[in-house]
Amino acid sequence: MTLVGQSTPLIDWDWVGRNLDQIVDRTWQHLGLTAISVLLGLVISVGLAVVALRWRWTYPPITWVTGLLYTIPSLALFALLVPIVGLNATNAVIALTSYTLLIIIRNLVAGIDGVPASVMEAADGMGYTRQGRFWRMEVPLALPAIIAGLRIATVTTVGLVTVTAVLGLGGYGFFILRGLNTFFWTQILVGVVLSVVLATLLDVGFIWLERLLSPWARRGR
Amino acid sequence: MADDVMIRLENLRKVFPGSPRPAVDDLSMEIGRGECVTLIGPSGCGKTTTLKMINRIIEPTSGQITIDGRNAMSIPPHELRRSIGYVIQQIGLFPHRTIAQNIGTVPALLGWDDTRIYDRVEELVETVGLDPEMLGRYPSELSGGQQQRVGVARALAADPPVLLMDEPFGAVDPIVRKHLQAEFHQLQDDLGKTVVFVTHDVDEAIFLGNRMAILEMGGVLAQYDAPEKILAEPASPFVERFLGGERGLKRLALLPVKDAGLARGPFVDVTAGPDEARRVMEANSVDWLGLLDGDRLLGWVDGSRVGSSPLRELEPRPFLVTLDSEDSLRTALDAVVTGHARVAVVVDNGMYRGMLDLEAIAGEVTE
Amino acid sequence: MTVWEEVRAFLTDPATWSGPDSIPARLWEHLWISVVAVVIAAILVLPLAVWLGHIRRGSGVASTVVNIGRALPSFGILAISFLILVQLGAGVGEPWAVLVALIALAAPPLFTNTVTGIQSVEASTVEAARGMGLTGKEVLSRVEIPLSTPLVVEGLRIATVQVIATATLGALVAWGGLGRYIVDGFARQDMGRLIVGAVLVGLLAVLAELGLGALQRASAPKGARRGDIGNPAQRSTV
Ligand SMILES: Nc1ncnc2c1ncn2[C@@H]1O[C@H](COP(=O)(O)OP(=O)(O)O)[C@@H](O)[C@H]1O
Ligand SMILES: [Mg+2]
Repeated sequence: MTLVGQSTPLIDWDWVGRNLDQIVDRTWQHLGLTAISVLLGLVISVGLAVVALRWRWTYPPITWVTGLLYTIPSLALFALLVPIVGLNATNAVIALTSYTLLIIIRNLVAGIDGVPASVMEAADGMGYTRQGRFWRMEVPLALPAIIAGLRIATVTTVGLVTVTAVLGLGGYGFFILRGLNTFFWTQILVGVVLSVVLATLLDVGFIWLERLLSPWARRGR
Repeated sequence: MADDVMIRLENLRKVFPGSPRPAVDDLSMEIGRGECVTLIGPSGCGKTTTLKMINRIIEPTSGQITIDGRNAMSIPPHELRRSIGYVIQQIGLFPHRTIAQNIGTVPALLGWDDTRIYDRVEELVETVGLDPEMLGRYPSELSGGQQQRVGVARALAADPPVLLMDEPFGAVDPIVRKHLQAEFHQLQDDLGKTVVFVTHDVDEAIFLGNRMAILEMGGVLAQYDAPEKILAEPASPFVERFLGGERGLKRLALLPVKDAGLARGPFVDVTAGPDEARRVMEANSVDWLGLLDGDRLLGWVDGSRVGSSPLRELEPRPFLVTLDSEDSLRTALDAVVTGHARVAVVVDNGMYRGMLDLEAIAGEVTE
Repeated sequence: MTVWEEVRAFLTDPATWSGPDSIPARLWEHLWISVVAVVIAAILVLPLAVWLGHIRRGSGVASTVVNIGRALPSFGILAISFLILVQLGAGVGEPWAVLVALIALAAPPLFTNTVTGIQSVEASTVEAARGMGLTGKEVLSRVEIPLSTPLVVEGLRIATVQVIATATLGALVAWGGLGRYIVDGFARQDMGRLIVGAVLVGLLAVLAELGLGALQRASAPKGARRGDIGNPAQRSTV
């Protein structure tokens, strides 16, 4: 297939070869934005989940607010942050982080809530202290749910990073936006394909991590 | 005598917040060292609450708990619990830990070193009759009965003097339950732990308890005594109703056949002559003859064949119903009734001990 | 100029209120394309989803759809859709590329929720209905569809909010809608335009979420209502 009116092929492998440096740079940018946002999201979510678990009444308002944040389209959130933090990486990280909160908090709370009452009672009966029970029972048993939350948050964030191209960042999204503005199909395809590949690799990575950290959850009878 | 009391409950009372009536009210009882006490009563009568107050999973509203001479309230709960084995109906194995790690939980909490824990775990697996191959598995890979054995092993791990069990066999199917009960009975004989065993199954309470404590709604102690005493003399109409309509049969379950008066019956040695054989049949007014070789049981022959040839040359037929002298009279009755046999012979390792018929068993019921 | 002054300046500009780049025009573009996309997606996938749910064969397909859907970035789908339609001869600035992308994004939540909804009707309920002599079609129309309505409406909510959010990105492929203000605001360093556009887009998405959330609760049979605003986490954000 060739571009209408032009004779450039759809994929210009030469361009890819000439721009490997740039592709590597954008890979790091994409990964960096994703990692910082998800890690920050995890830290904030753990804090909020601790609050929600200790004071149950705070859980509905916490999910309500993070749910509304999640609903605001990213382009709008980047724009709304401009007058506050400017047009930079901070802006992107704040917005991306805020999108991870709902998913991670829900999974943290559901994971801890999902620990069977009988396990908690047995742990008490065996003589665990409250702290011991939390770290040795509740956290490991919630791990599959927690990792599942991180997995969804990460894959979602990889997709969203592409939109930060409007802030001059974008990771692979930079190629997509540049390609759209210059009608250079190769760049669009490279941006989209690499972004999907990155999301899939991270997805598989999390599945592998979950198996590694909770072998007991997969070996059914 | 005080030294022989392992657990003493004095005026124990629990009122849950927001509940108008106490779940357990003014409960006082003593449980002897090495004794297995079964705690039984209708659902919601406070059995679980009572049990959980002993290891302070539930704090009493008022009253005293003394364990081995020490005030339970003066010991930090987690330390107290490490010295008390605890088994619950839902088992509550830790899904993320292997069977070996589950069993080694309390020793690990007590800071035993790894080899000591490992040795102990191996020993316990044998004690509760599990395949050592299972040690590396996770709980979800075991059947319900196996899981409950692990639950028992885990409770025994640090060799606690006291064992609390809350309907431990309630969730397994009836056949496995019977197995587990028999095994636990044997285990208790061997280990001599002080056990408080909650159940709502009267037969289980009778079978396992040295003494039975029957609770009424609101955690009021209705009767506390040996099962045969309670069955023979229920203290109140409530206890009588609770024990159900088969009190006589239940009591039979507690009596071994060896304690019943066994009859010699129409049995002769194979060396006896035909005259003696006929005389014995007549004396017992039956038309069959049991044959013995010394004390060894050979079988029986029809009366019509006596005299046709020497007893030694007749081919004896096996008895339909044979019992061990440790079997209960209830088993004997059941065997006779379902075996459509007139008599049950009691044999230990092939040696004849005597025989029972329906009338003899009925005599024990009315006694 | 402060941000507020810029916002005021934008709002008092007559071009903001009439003409092709006015708020009413942009809002209209944004709304019609969203509604049309959801309706077309529903027409395309609901029959298949209902059938797969009815024969109880859809859950595997549904979970695959969810996983693939998450890994594909909305922006990427939009860009690819633009690329393909331009290749096929569509003009730059026409809505077709955006419409196609929005349909593609609306389809998965409608599909998975419908399949799950129909399959979540308990087998014993279906069996009882059959036992009373209902035909397969009657089971579907009288039992499975009514009982799965809340989940289908939830799919509608998820799809609509996702479509409204993604339509914003349409401005990045040379189309209009409210996202135009944001993209132009960035390009022209026009803070007033940027903020007004962002607020309008945010409000529209939140209103759709809350409004359809209310519809979802109203569609639930009595006794099966849930307290919260639905579960936004089931869709991916844009
Ligand atoms: N945590 C609790 N809070 C309030 N009431 C309770 C609690 N646990 C038990 N109860 C009540 O106390 C009574 C006794 O319960 P329980 O000891 O569990 O009975 P059971 O004899 O069946 O084990 C019941 O009426 C029960 O509803
Ligand atoms: Mg109970």
